[in-house]
Amino acid sequence: MSAGTPRSLASSGQKSIQDICHPLSAEESALSRIPDVLNPGSAGERDLILPNGTPVDTSSPASSSSLLNRLQLDDDLDGETRDEQKYNITTEFDLPEYSVRRRYQDFDWLRNKLEESQPTHLIPTTRTEFDLPEYSVRRRYQDFDWLRNKLEESQPTHLIPPLPEKFVMKGVVDRFSEEFVETRRKALDKFLKRVADHPVLSFNEHFNAFLSAKDLNKRQGLALLTKMGESVKYVTGGYKVRARPVEFAAMGDYLDLFTQKLGTIDRIAQRIIKEQSEFLMELREYGPVYSSWSSFEEDLHDPLEGVSGCVSNCSSALEELTEDMSEDFLPVLREYVLYIESMKNVLKKRDQVQAEYETKLEAVVFREDKKTPVPSDVEKCQDRVECFNADLKADWDRWENNKRQDFRQLLTGMSNKNILYYEKCLAAWESLIPLLQDKQEAKGETN
Amino acid sequence: MVIHICLEWRKIAFCQCLNILDILFSVPKKFCTQTPRQSSDAWSLQTMKASREEKIYLRQKHRRTDVGTHNLHLLKKMEISVAEAEKRTGKNAVNMQETYTVYLIEMRPVDAASEGTNPVPDSLWRRYSEFELLRNYLLVTYPFLVVPPLPEKRAEFVWHKLSADNMDPDFVERRRVGLENFLLRVASHPDLSTDKIFYSFLTEENGWKETVFETGFQAKADSRLKALNATFRVKNPDKRFAEMKHYGDELQSVISQLLRVRARAADRLYGVYKVHGNYGRVFSEWSAIEKEMGDGLQSAGHHMDAYAASVDDILEEEEHYADQMKEYLFYADALRAVCRKHELTQYELEMAAQDLTSKKQQREELATGTIRTFSLKGVTSKLFGQETPEQREAKLKMLETQIEEGEELVKERNAECEEFVKSAWVDIERFKEQKDHDLREALISYAIMQISMCKKGIQVWNNAKECFSKM
Repeated sequence: MSAGTPRSLASSGQKSIQDICHPLSAEESALSRIPDVLNPGSAGERDLILPNGTPVDTSSPASSSSLLNRLQLDDDLDGETRDEQKYNITTEFDLPEYSVRRRYQDFDWLRNKLEESQPTHLIPTTRTEFDLPEYSVRRRYQDFDWLRNKLEESQPTHLIPPLPEKFVMKGVVDRFSEEFVETRRKALDKFLKRVADHPVLSFNEHFNAFLSAKDLNKRQGLALLTKMGESVKYVTGGYKVRARPVEFAAMGDYLDLFTQKLGTIDRIAQRIIKEQSEFLMELREYGPVYSSWSSFEEDLHDPLEGVSGCVSNCSSALEELTEDMSEDFLPVLREYVLYIESMKNVLKKRDQVQAEYETKLEAVVFREDKKTPVPSDVEKCQDRVECFNADLKADWDRWENNKRQDFRQLLTGMSNKNILYYEKCLAAWESLIPLLQDKQEAKGETN
Repeated sequence: MVIHICLEWRKIAFCQCLNILDILFSVPKKFCTQTPRQSSDAWSLQTMKASREEKIYLRQKHRRTDVGTHNLHLLKKMEISVAEAEKRTGKNAVNMQETYTVYLIEMRPVDAASEGTNPVPDSLWRRYSEFELLRNYLLVTYPFLVVPPLPEKRAEFVWHKLSADNMDPDFVERRRVGLENFLLRVASHPDLSTDKIFYSFLTEENGWKETVFETGFQAKADSRLKALNATFRVKNPDKRFAEMKHYGDELQSVISQLLRVRARAADRLYGVYKVHGNYGRVFSEWSAIEKEMGDGLQSAGHHMDAYAASVDDILEEEEHYADQMKEYLFYADALRAVCRKHELTQYELEMAAQDLTSKKQQREELATGTIRTFSLKGVTSKLFGQETPEQREAKLKMLETQIEEGEELVKERNAECEEFVKSAWVDIERFKEQKDHDLREALISYAIMQISMCKKGIQVWNNAKECFSKM
């Protein structure tokens, strides 16, 4: 998609993210800043040309997903103060690249914005698929949090993927250790990919601003106020839903049970890791015993050394297995629990929307004597309920599918790691056998 | 139920033993998920016994060919086995009721087995204390030999699942094997196998104890044991024996450590495997709330259960390895005993020589009238006057006899010492070869065990992976 060598990233300037139009929108002002980079060589198949002459590739898939196929999230620790850890987001397009730095707060902002600006039908009227410039932005965890909140605000009917845990106990976890940062990075990467994969969320303006704007001016204070009005309607309605459709009730039950099971699996995995670590400790003492034995043996020197070496190899293999499980298996599992929490919230919201509708409807029904037509706000409520249900169902199916794939991958991965461990040990012991038998045959000959 | 494994040892070459071990390990074993050792399960018990007994017989066979044709030792003629164990109750020495275990010893002529006929074997029952008595007799009677050890009296180096109770069926079973091993070792020893007391141990159920006591070995035992425990300084021990003793110390120390750490590791390994069983349960519960994923999860769960159960057999096999190591732990003790015995004989020689020297000196002093060495006698005679010539004559005569006797004693002890060193060193060399061979074999079978464990692990996880991929 992008033509060959990566170019240096042009800054989008000091503009605040809210003032920046998304490059996908065909606004002249935005694109006029882009230097003219015609690439006639690669324009072969392309039919559409942007107003400023930039070639268009219609064969590429939805912009945001392809955008994020090349998404690289690098954690960036240099030059930043401890509280200012930023993430580098690199997105590739064919046009000149943008480099923006985002903190986690920026992501937070994006999320909130996404939530705010939610129309239930979100497919843009003009959707031109073309290669977009590469963006490289740096974001902090706060920025991701912001993005997610914005997404939830703007798309309350949709399931927003979860973020890794926000709060970690300072004394317990080293927030700047390589492992922690790496684990978090993977989870944040997954978050963005999931958003990009979503047919609705990927077009959210906050999301795209998050990816491209230099600074997320989140204006959290104001945003919060404006949010308040809307959210009050959703959250503090205090309505009780009366006739919850069976399918949504079933979803809720399933999620509860599923959470339980995941919790159990998490505990089991932790326990296994613990037992393996303790076994490893013993092995690390066991191997050297053979070594020290070999030091006062003659004939048996080599066999004993061999056994010592074998045990040591098995120890290393076990250490790798345990590390893998800690770093790859457990975080994914935990993230799913967060995912489920999000899903539950969406279900709750749906209930509230339905409750609101039911209450309003009741009020209207009681007023039959007035013979007024069904007021528009009740109709709107009904609309909202139906949209919500539809969105939710679609999202649920998608979620189920993803869940199936994700767990298939996760558990297969776990199996592979264990297989790899045993294969390493097997190789070590098998290579020892000829060494052990060797002397015997030699001895037999000399006798 | 009497279980015999009569293998035609000639048909099984040693290099095939590895194949057999391989086959044994790949035989699917019934998994006990509840208690790990359901010895009441006759089938698994039989397999247990089969694998161990086969190994013993193979070792037996190898020992026969090892020792050479000039020894007409027992095993060339007879097959010995400790076939069974049984509980008995009876009155003990202080007339109190006690429960104890007896072991059935069977002897069958080798030729009969090869000819295909199966005559009723000679058999008798013995308890552990009688084995101990036999060994003590051998220790005292052949102090220059490295006497094979008995299996441990009490269970040591246990990991948590093993019972330390002497009445526990698994402990009894392992002891049965150990006792058989002991008899085979004695029977294949060029010197010990010809011992009459040993032979009657195998053949005369009643009256054997009395026969042993009649030899009066206990009298010798007491004095010598006492001496062995005493500390004494030897001036010129044979260097080789000093080195051997040191080697025995080191061997004992390192094997103890090995067994200790191995037991702890076994405990941990058990934990790792068993916790995986919990996956089985949770996958099963989870599959109940899933639609398409359910089947894959459910079957994967079964494999996790199988994985958890497999550790019982694995650790049982490892116990056999631990037993092999334990034998040499106790052998180290026997080796050290021989070295100490050498020290004792050397010490006695040195004492006798020292005594002779001092007596000779006394004679010289008496004869020449000079007192070179300080003695109370000398002082008193100076103070109170010299002795009469008659007294001196009498003393001299006494000394002469003592010196004569002393020289005889020194000669005797010197010969004893030399004899001891010669025979002991021959046996130590024999022992060294046996140890190197046996321990190498033990390490090989340990490696095979580990290989089998890894293969089982790969298989289980591959099965689980297949189920997961169908989710």
